[in-house]
Amino acid sequence: MRDSRGGAGIDRQLVAELTVFALAVFLGFELISKVPTMLHTPLMSGTNAIHGIVLIGAMLIAGTADSTLEQVLAFIAVVFGTINIVGGFLVTDRMLEMFKERRRDEDETDRE
Amino acid sequence: MSRTWIDFAYLIAAICLIVAIKRLSHPRTARSGNLIGAVGMAIAVGATFAIEEIDQYWLILVGIAVGSVIGVASARLVRMTAVPQMVALFNGVGGGAAALIAAAEFHRIAPFSGRIRTEELIGILFSALVGSVSFWGSLVAFGKLQDLVPGRPIVFPAQNAINAVLGVSLVGLIALTTVTENGVWLVLLMVGALVLGVLFVLPIGGADMPVVISLLNAFTGLAAASTGFVLDNTALIIGGTLVGASGTLLTILMGRAMGRPLRQTLFGAFGAAPAGAVAAAAAASGDGNVRTASADDIAFMLAYARRVVFVPGYGLAVAQAQHDVRNLADLLLEKGVDVRYAIHPVAGRMPGHMNVLLAEANVPYDELFEMEQINPEFPQTDVVVVVGANDVVNPAARNQPGNPIYGMPILDVDRAHNVVVIKRSLSPGFAGVDNPLFYDPKTVMLFDDAKAALEKLVASIKNV
Repeated sequence: MRDSRGGAGIDRQLVAELTVFALAVFLGFELISKVPTMLHTPLMSGTNAIHGIVLIGAMLIAGTADSTLEQVLAFIAVVFGTINIVGGFLVTDRMLEMFKERRRDEDETDRE
Repeated sequence: MSRTWIDFAYLIAAICLIVAIKRLSHPRTARSGNLIGAVGMAIAVGATFAIEEIDQYWLILVGIAVGSVIGVASARLVRMTAVPQMVALFNGVGGGAAALIAAAEFHRIAPFSGRIRTEELIGILFSALVGSVSFWGSLVAFGKLQDLVPGRPIVFPAQNAINAVLGVSLVGLIALTTVTENGVWLVLLMVGALVLGVLFVLPIGGADMPVVISLLNAFTGLAAASTGFVLDNTALIIGGTLVGASGTLLTILMGRAMGRPLRQTLFGAFGAAPAGAVAAAAAASGDGNVRTASADDIAFMLAYARRVVFVPGYGLAVAQAQHDVRNLADLLLEKGVDVRYAIHPVAGRMPGHMNVLLAEANVPYDELFEMEQINPEFPQTDVVVVVGANDVVNPAARNQPGNPIYGMPILDVDRAHNVVVIKRSLSPGFAGVDNPLFYDPKTVMLFDDAKAALEKLVASIKNV
């Protein structure tokens, strides 16, 4: 899968991946620099769901596993990753739903 | 679908995840942000199905089906008060997935011993170690919040020495695995990570769990990013790293909201002060006597007050009494009482917990006051009603140096003229320390479940 063309043993793909990593680190810090306290919990829960992207890794391993041990490990990983994603997004939505209800209520008060 | 299109789909997914985090940090856009994140995730998963090398679809599909059923059921059925521990569990399984991927990938490449790329090996070891720590640490955090494990800090002799030995052993195991490329060392490394994860969280008090879960959340993100390096998948690298970075910052912000530097939270063994000292301090703060009052007495006091401030806490959440507190407040408003709610940033078990609950009861936004706004108002407040809160109103945090919670910003309710505490018993709060407020001569206790007590007060007020 890997393309290692590059000078003197330097792996270009690794450098490209490190570039993406470095940019994502800075972006991650920038994105949430101003977040009100009341959103701390939903934000934690939402980002929690996002690292469920590890499911993709589990799928790649599960799809190519050739020994029973690898299949078992990969299967559990797929189950875990899916729980992380599905549970994470749903529970975050439940939390945020409550904020929304009040806003609608406020809007009505404004109109009155 | 060609690999280029798959990578393009991953790019779209990554953009969705970035937009999701951005929108999640603003109240008005948070819910749609969460939805965009879910869409991005669906795109990423869908694109992965199209990768040529993948066959064994049944294994993946059955796994996703099983995971979805568990995920939907647990997210839908969990009570709102139990959400924090649910988040801990969801985080834990993510870390567990990263560790399992690392183990499976190591097993796959093991036969190529001698030709394994160093960076791949390092990525595997990092995912295995950090993912396992996150998994086991999250399980302990879950246990603490669910009261399966005692919430108070668990300390044991020679803790630091044991941790040092453990740390050195883990470094040794990483070196051994890298040099020998033998799976036995990897298994030992994961066992060591188990011990580390458990020992890391056990000494931290229940009140600090949200910060710990947030930190473990960042760990899982980094473990996921690391599997991205191992599998050469940029979507994994971006998604995992975003969570690793934003999770780290969020952990710091949460610690700041609680007035506790992160280092103190993690290594301060919160609440580890000898019980004798705390008891002595409690005795010194009053004669040790507790005044109780009937609902009728308290209703009378409230009805003739000029200003009443409600301080909701975890007890309110447990009893689901948010509607009852609103009913009581409405009755007082009708009587011309100035009613306010004082929201401590970490009241309940998660920052923002009280905002969510009171929002559910449609409490008007302008009656909610943050800690900094309301603290100067307490000396002019006639009655403070503390509903199931404890540590966040503990004056020991202000005037007892050496107390485990000393230095935590609190609501200065003891500066009000009268304090009513609705609580089921005198048992200590989440931090496991006694509360001198209960022994204060101007405090009266109403020992009852929050919901039952508020219902009684509502009935009594109607008769005043």
